[in-house]
Amino acid sequence: MIRLDGVGQVFDGREGQVTALEKIDLHVRGGEFVTLIGRSGCGKSTLLRLIAGLLPPTSGAVQVAGKPVTGPRRDVSFMFQRPALLPWRSVLSNVLLPVEIDKGDRNKAEYKERAHQLLELVGLQGFERRLPHELSGGMQQRVSLCRSLIRDPQVMLMDEPFSALDALTRTELSEELQRIKMELSTTIVFVTHSIEEAVVLADRVVVLTPRPGRMREVVDIDIPRPRSLGQNAHLTEVAAISGRLHALLSEKEPVDEVRPR
Amino acid sequence: MSRRTMPKRTWLTDSPVAAVLLPIVGLAVAIGLWWGATIAFSIEPYLLPSPWDVVVKFFDQPAYLLQETGTSMLETVEGFGLAIVIGVPIALVIVRSVVLERLVYPLLLMVNSIPKVAIAPLLVIWMGFGQWPKVVMVLLMCFFPIVISTAQGMKSTPTELVELMRSLNASRAQEFFKLRLRYAMPQIFTGFKVAISLAVIGSVISEFVGATKGLGYVIQQSGASADTTLAFAAITLLSVMSIVLFYALVLLEHWLLPWAQEKR
Ligand SMILES: Nc1ncnc2c1ncn2[C@@H]1O[C@H](COP(=O)(O)OP(=O)(O)OP(=O)(O)O)[C@@H](O)[C@H]1O
Ligand SMILES: [Mg+2]
Repeated sequence: MIRLDGVGQVFDGREGQVTALEKIDLHVRGGEFVTLIGRSGCGKSTLLRLIAGLLPPTSGAVQVAGKPVTGPRRDVSFMFQRPALLPWRSVLSNVLLPVEIDKGDRNKAEYKERAHQLLELVGLQGFERRLPHELSGGMQQRVSLCRSLIRDPQVMLMDEPFSALDALTRTELSEELQRIKMELSTTIVFVTHSIEEAVVLADRVVVLTPRPGRMREVVDIDIPRPRSLGQNAHLTEVAAISGRLHALLSEKEPVDEVRPR
Repeated sequence: MSRRTMPKRTWLTDSPVAAVLLPIVGLAVAIGLWWGATIAFSIEPYLLPSPWDVVVKFFDQPAYLLQETGTSMLETVEGFGLAIVIGVPIALVIVRSVVLERLVYPLLLMVNSIPKVAIAPLLVIWMGFGQWPKVVMVLLMCFFPIVISTAQGMKSTPTELVELMRSLNASRAQEFFKLRLRYAMPQIFTGFKVAISLAVIGSVISEFVGATKGLGYVIQQSGASADTTLAFAAITLLSVMSIVLFYALVLLEHWLLPWAQEKR
């Protein structure tokens, strides 16, 4: 579904060039849930933006559904760390924004029905007419989730979507997301800072090295679903893999791989 | 617990009745002090009339004074409207092009820094004695804050929202109308509110020169005949006009931008 071949990204920063990503080869299968972890500034967001077509790579090739990425696609949705809701729009019309932007879409009424369904799914029925500032942070992020689901995307790119939420809401939403994913067989690439979250959600975890970001390791997670941080199911397996990922992240790289900057 | 960090919430801070009552109390106290001073120091009315003298003066010729108020109001509103019609598009253009911004900004600054009183006579020479020099003066006065605040507002769109629009494949027009302009509205309104007070001042200045109508003209005439009380009546009407126009904008903002209230 998503293919990255030898992808690299160099930024022209104020103090010379910054290599954000280097030699990324990644193949995400259809319906797969891949989480991306790495230190702050290692290029996780950049990687998502490359897949989303928000940024052309300086080297290598990015493909989604067999086609080279040239710009944002309508079957790929992006969800940000912050809710990014338009403050003057009601909950409902925020969810419908992608449909409204896409002039090609004719069956608006159908989508309205779908929006109500999605809001109900995340427990926001009755809040359709509210403005974003009348909702809590967690509720706003749920609205943002509904917005990214409104057009039944084939691929969802999520950049630390739950990191600003409290632990309980976070657990709830990640369970929600797993359920939605199983239902819709969406392909998801999910960036997170939390090792536990990465393990609980993923089919595979991709570990990136600190700058420049390279693939450190790809770890398969074979724990049966549904998984949860909240209930104690599969706690030992999660803990074991988390420990390994933790070691990978804090490990110093072999000297010959560290390039002088 | 929070007594030290949070301002105390009482009937005075929270009640809508208090919100209306408090400004009136403030005004009444100020007027009371003024009145007290005129009596206590037995000041002559030609130096400082008492509030009562001013009220009596107004009711001597209410129709005339209201008509002059109407004239000033019309000039103010016309000039203000023109400033919006010209200023907002200029700001939008400036924001889109760095080249234009560099080209036009110093000019705007220069025009704004000219003391407006100095060009009032020039406007009369160029445009005659009609209402045009007045409208143009108002325009000059309130054009700048409108341009600045609109430009500022257009630049304040959060990057995450811009990125959202991009990720949805929004056209530039959609990004502009559905996001940037909407997001700028509260700041644009801030500019309007600054501008409306300046607009009133502009109309008065312009009526000092080559005018036969308007509150500025009344004030100027009363100076010539040493009728201080009449000047005070006109000044009072001017401030009432200022306040009315300002709160009209506030109401309009409340009505148009209910989502922006929460940030205050
Ligand atoms: N537009 C840009 N211009 C210049 N440098 C950039 C730009 N975007 C990102 N970078 C640099 O690229 C590197 C990777 O940034 P990126 O935002 O992808 O990191 P990240 O892994 O998402 O970090 P975090 O976990 O803190 O969100 C950083 O060093 C950053 O400074
Ligand atoms: Mg990031």
